[in-house]
Amino acid sequence: MTSLPRWADTALVPLFSLALSLMVAGLMVLWIGENPFHALGIMLKGAVGTAYGWGYTLYYATNFIFTGLAVAVAIHAGLFNIGAEGQATVGGLGAALVCLSLEWPHWSLALPAAVCGAALFGAAWAAVPAYLQARHGSHIVITTIMFNIIASALLVYLLVNVLRAPGQIALETASFPPGAHLPTAHEILGWMGIGFPKSPPLNISLLLALAGCMLVWVLIWRTRLGYEIRTFGFNESAAIYAGISPFRIVMTTLLISGGLAGLMAINTVMGEAERLLNNAVQGAGFVGIAVALMGRSHPVGILLASVLFGILYQGGAELEFHMPAIDRDMVIFIQALVILFVGALDNMVRFPAERLLAFIARTR
Amino acid sequence: MAAEAIDTASRKPAAPAIELRNITKSFGSIRANRNVSLTIERGTIHGIVGENGAGKSTLMSILYGFYRADEGEVRIHGIPTPIPDTRSAIRAGIGMVHQHFKLVHNLSVLENIVLGAEDDFILERSLTRARSLLLDLARDHQLEIDPDAIVEKLSVGLQQRVEILKALFRRADILILDEPTGVLAPSEAERLFAILRGLKNEGRTIVMITHKLHEVMAVTDTVSVMRRGEMVTTCRTCETDAGKLAEFMVGRKALFRVARDSAEPGERVLDIQDLSVVGRRGNEAVRRVSLCVHRGEIAGIAGVTDNGQAELLEALGGIRPATGTIRIAGREIDCSRRAASARSMHEAGLAHVPEDRQQLGLVLDFRAWENMALGYQHRFRRPRSRLLMDISALQDLTADRMRRFDVRPTNPSILAGRLSGGNQQKLVVAREFGNAPSVLVVGQPTRGVDIGAIEFIHRQIVALRDAGAAILLVSMDLDEILALTDRVAVMFDGRIVGERITAETDATELGLMMAGVVTESLQ
Repeated sequence: MTSLPRWADTALVPLFSLALSLMVAGLMVLWIGENPFHALGIMLKGAVGTAYGWGYTLYYATNFIFTGLAVAVAIHAGLFNIGAEGQATVGGLGAALVCLSLEWPHWSLALPAAVCGAALFGAAWAAVPAYLQARHGSHIVITTIMFNIIASALLVYLLVNVLRAPGQIALETASFPPGAHLPTAHEILGWMGIGFPKSPPLNISLLLALAGCMLVWVLIWRTRLGYEIRTFGFNESAAIYAGISPFRIVMTTLLISGGLAGLMAINTVMGEAERLLNNAVQGAGFVGIAVALMGRSHPVGILLASVLFGILYQGGAELEFHMPAIDRDMVIFIQALVILFVGALDNMVRFPAERLLAFIARTR
Repeated sequence: MAAEAIDTASRKPAAPAIELRNITKSFGSIRANRNVSLTIERGTIHGIVGENGAGKSTLMSILYGFYRADEGEVRIHGIPTPIPDTRSAIRAGIGMVHQHFKLVHNLSVLENIVLGAEDDFILERSLTRARSLLLDLARDHQLEIDPDAIVEKLSVGLQQRVEILKALFRRADILILDEPTGVLAPSEAERLFAILRGLKNEGRTIVMITHKLHEVMAVTDTVSVMRRGEMVTTCRTCETDAGKLAEFMVGRKALFRVARDSAEPGERVLDIQDLSVVGRRGNEAVRRVSLCVHRGEIAGIAGVTDNGQAELLEALGGIRPATGTIRIAGREIDCSRRAASARSMHEAGLAHVPEDRQQLGLVLDFRAWENMALGYQHRFRRPRSRLLMDISALQDLTADRMRRFDVRPTNPSILAGRLSGGNQQKLVVAREFGNAPSVLVVGQPTRGVDIGAIEFIHRQIVALRDAGAAILLVSMDLDEILALTDRVAVMFDGRIVGERITAETDATELGLMMAGVVTESLQ
């Protein structure tokens, strides 16, 4: 229970944390002899200044929405699922198997099937840690992070020995059939007569992610299952008093969480690469943790935080390109600062904010 | 190790131990303490009484350095002493025994006592020194305890003793006790009072916060009453009586006895046969208990804490599996490990007000309306929907029930954690009583609740009985058992050692039975 009013808790604290992290990042940029305002300008222009930039920013944001929702659903049950990375990896396998299994006539058929495949595989990957937690109390923070490593090893094994296209050297499957090609933003907006650059990988998965936000909101705050999940998350003994089975809640919540993480593959594997690559998740599972924390586990917050991290990713790539003094590591460092400040150091801002507001209330 | 309490030389001889001058403390818009002044003489036992939310705990938290007063001054032994944190309080010779003990359960008594007061980098040496000091303390104050016992294995009374020793170990000569008898059985409470008197005779000063007026009358020298953040009166205990204090507390004439007609018991509704329950520590906490409760009757279970009552309640609530049979209205409810569930109990018409409202009965982070569905979440379904909850219906029902059961403030969206203890309990009562259950099991319904709420809850229990419910009331408070029940069973060591018609027994006989003394001639 926080003593902050809602607006301060959901808007003021994260925004202030963000400003603080940008300040520290700015100092770092200054230290290596570049102008931080110029750098910020490049980042913003690159990420949101052009339709091209938006195309990438929102593509990244789509990934983070899925993994952020996955982490958030688990947080509502008091569970810390840090296995979204692995669940998304295995979800990619599910999506790829579905796409490669048939000569799909049209994407509108392939998409629902691939959604099922990705979600089922993601959920299945969460099922073992979930069962171990629910039945034996093995902590999912430990088991899910182990399963991340197992997932990437499994994928390499399958790509090397089973799924690799004949005669192919790279670690990837054959390209998906044309019928499994998802409409890109360029194509969709083109049907409406709106011009949009061709190269950004933004595709119809964004709409799927937005629908996911809606559904998660309904699930958590409008359904009986969501009520039971939150009861369990706040107070396990009260949940038992209310006739809620802890086993059922832990299993169900983590299966949903894993399924959502798996759905990320629709965007990357099916929407962008159109074949299964090694390491297609690229840390989005971990960014999902920061997104869920910053977004206060609320779909609207997750949406906003995802866009922010999309901007950081795309803007960072632009920065690397336009400012030679800032290399890849520096960009990762800046992203890490933001994660650190808004995700982990939340209380550093929260406590002074609580005191400040109490002080204002008293002087009034 | 804390420094020597207060330099004895600088102590003015006649100065009172504690002087609080014009203390004011606000939390947001709530003024918890308004201009409170209080003087407590050295070597006395002082009681502070008041309803929940009267500001007693806030005042003591200021004295112990948990909160800082917005205005006012604290003087200890005549010397102005700012107390910005608990460390300073300990340094000033103040010790506090909280209502909910602050002990580390899986550490030993000795380790708990040393914790935070280690005087050496090497723990072993601190422990050795502390051990001899502890044994001296225990001997000098008749507070015998096994230094190596693990705290969670100790009874509540002994755990409290550890807390007192902890304070004495830190050389406290002012001891604050917050609701010290809340968790104790009557005999344990007597023992505590003896200890407090002993400490007083050594010249220590004791401040005791309580709801229980008879304890104030029994043990204190002076008493003050707080109401709505203000100090209403302070007087010598021998010059007042419980009735007057109660009037000061509530600001009106209090009713101690619930007006009630005699019971008209009907058929058996709750029928328990040979019920055994394994408790928290893996022991057989309830041993082959058989008991029945009739329609239109309040049956009580009296007993000293930790004699299986809690586990019996939990089994009846479906929280803890049991062996034996539980029948509700003739239908057997499966209470085995695989099937036990609060839901099946609810479906059979049983409602359960748990002993621990904050841990079991409520989700403190939930709003009032969300708490109103706790355990009944299946009943608030949207029409034609299997998954969605009917939230507007739930909110309307909550507003209605909060008015009916006098939960204040009557705001369905308030967080349960923001309600006072009495109102939290009324919220639980509103939920469990509101569904017109045919069986109600209630654990300690008025523990830590103010007089106004006690009266209200007692009336509701009687009203539910008169409406035809079968009620099983578990309480450590004999007054409550005698005031409310029609029939009483006494539990000792997991068994029911005797049953009486309440009108035909008294506190003395029940007290003996609670202590495990069953005289055949009485039966």
